[in-house]
Amino acid sequence: MKSTQQLERQLKRHSKAARLENWGRFISFSALLLIVAVVVGIIGFVASKGIATFTTNHVSLWDFLTEKTWNPNIKDAHGNPEVGALPMIVGSFLITILSAIVATPFAIGTAVFMNEISPNRGAKILQPVTELLVGIPSVVYGFIGLSVVVPATRAIFGGSGFGILSGTCVLFVMILPTVTSMSADALKSVPRYYREASLALGATQWQTIYKVVLRAATPGLMTAVVFGMARAFGEALAVQMVIGNAALMPSSLVAPSSTLTSVLTTGIGNTVMGSLQNNALWSLALVLLLMSLVFNLIIRLIGRKGRM
Amino acid sequence: MLTSNDVRNESAMQERHVTQLSAVGEEIILSTRNLHVFYGQHEALFEGDLEFANHKITALIGPSGSGKSTFLRSLNRMNDRIATVTGEIMYRGVDVNQPAIDVYEMRRRVGMVFQRPNPFAKSIYDNIAFALQLRGVTDRHQLDEIVETSLKQAALWEQVKDDLNKSALALSGGQAQRLCIARAIAVKPDILLLDEPASALDPVSTSQLEDTLLDLKQKYTIIIVTHNMQQAARISDYTAFFNAGRVLEYDTTSQIFTNPQVKITSDYVSGNFG
Repeated sequence: MKSTQQLERQLKRHSKAARLENWGRFISFSALLLIVAVVVGIIGFVASKGIATFTTNHVSLWDFLTEKTWNPNIKDAHGNPEVGALPMIVGSFLITILSAIVATPFAIGTAVFMNEISPNRGAKILQPVTELLVGIPSVVYGFIGLSVVVPATRAIFGGSGFGILSGTCVLFVMILPTVTSMSADALKSVPRYYREASLALGATQWQTIYKVVLRAATPGLMTAVVFGMARAFGEALAVQMVIGNAALMPSSLVAPSSTLTSVLTTGIGNTVMGSLQNNALWSLALVLLLMSLVFNLIIRLIGRKGRM
Repeated sequence: MLTSNDVRNESAMQERHVTQLSAVGEEIILSTRNLHVFYGQHEALFEGDLEFANHKITALIGPSGSGKSTFLRSLNRMNDRIATVTGEIMYRGVDVNQPAIDVYEMRRRVGMVFQRPNPFAKSIYDNIAFALQLRGVTDRHQLDEIVETSLKQAALWEQVKDDLNKSALALSGGQAQRLCIARAIAVKPDILLLDEPASALDPVSTSQLEDTLLDLKQKYTIIIVTHNMQQAARISDYTAFFNAGRVLEYDTTSQIFTNPQVKITSDYVSGNFG
């Protein structure tokens, strides 16, 4: 009987392993809690500030989203502040969609070459090039855009050279590495036996790529493009340097215009906290935040659909 | 001094028994001569000289790593980008192991089914229509007809005829493998190569698959790699025994299993090694 008690004592004692286990669980849970708190805090802060335009300053949400004049310092004939964000919203979407449209074929083409046609050279080239391109600070992209792309646009299309087209050129290069490496991952995750099955049926390599591999990788490729769009939508500095920063409805691709981010970065330092001018900028930030949530949602939806 | 290769060569010289099927009156559809396969510097198949009889099932057996799958994959040039294959592969009198051969046309005539069922993430119908559409068959009636006959030949039609537009990924393992067979025979090949097609299947599916293969023998020449010796004994007419990258014995299946001429073959089929 004594041995039973001894065994029970041994089994029930608080071991070092159990203590470590609890401690580890506590640390990782606190880290999680901290991050959740930060995210919730950011969303709450931006939302409370952004909503103030509509609650405190009594701007109608409809006017904010559809009016074309952005001039928070001046009131219109009816005494309402002119905070129509439509030009910036249009500018942001236009530049995002255009750069995604330009980047996608290049990204998928590169990914196909690296993954399907020449995997050995692909692994050697893609990795370092991607890391290099991602590592370049956005101010450098903006500066190159300012000194190369803008003058080139001016020479070809006339005008000042600043505008959506220049912004698209800069953003296209900036999102290319992201979209390329994610597309390559999507292709890599297509099982090898799909390719084998297709080749064994007498398909050429090209037929295999576009009828089997690209089809099977479509959800992954779409995720890659949406990721690139999210990045383009949120990019501020480089775009601000080449877009011209005129809060006007873009009349053409080479006319100076602005995006949500470029208005934010140029304006936020020149306003007083709590003023209408400041609150209106926070509302733009809220739109940005909501849009990035929407992009995230789309990515998740695609991912879920791809799994089925 | 003898290298390990020489030792192998010598033992092979001493103990080999490869029947020439052409000498016993079979019609030969495919044969190999001096076939060698290299993965980089490593030689995986030293010598595979075999003749395959028309409308017969030939089983390739042997321990893991003996080169039988490598041999099989070389027959329709699936090793092209992976390994170097030297020697002759005579298909109806034409050497298909040469650069001038259109491998895509050649693979239409020599189809392949893999170890793991690998239907595409498409509908059942589109899986079978895939290879036909690649070849420009667009007529819906023609496609419908070929899909139906292929599925019937693969003994899958009754189970899926109402679900042709459902995803092929929803099929069970045995059904998926028969879909792969239907997909391979949709382009009306001459020869069907099967690389351990039943190794991922349960016993019931396996026996259904074997029945299907016996039916298909009427129309196609079948070459099957298998680890399952009972399977080889049940369905094949001829059996080749591979060991260490070499064909050691090739004869009628009954001869291989009841009266093997080579000691290693007899050890293998009686379960003493492998």
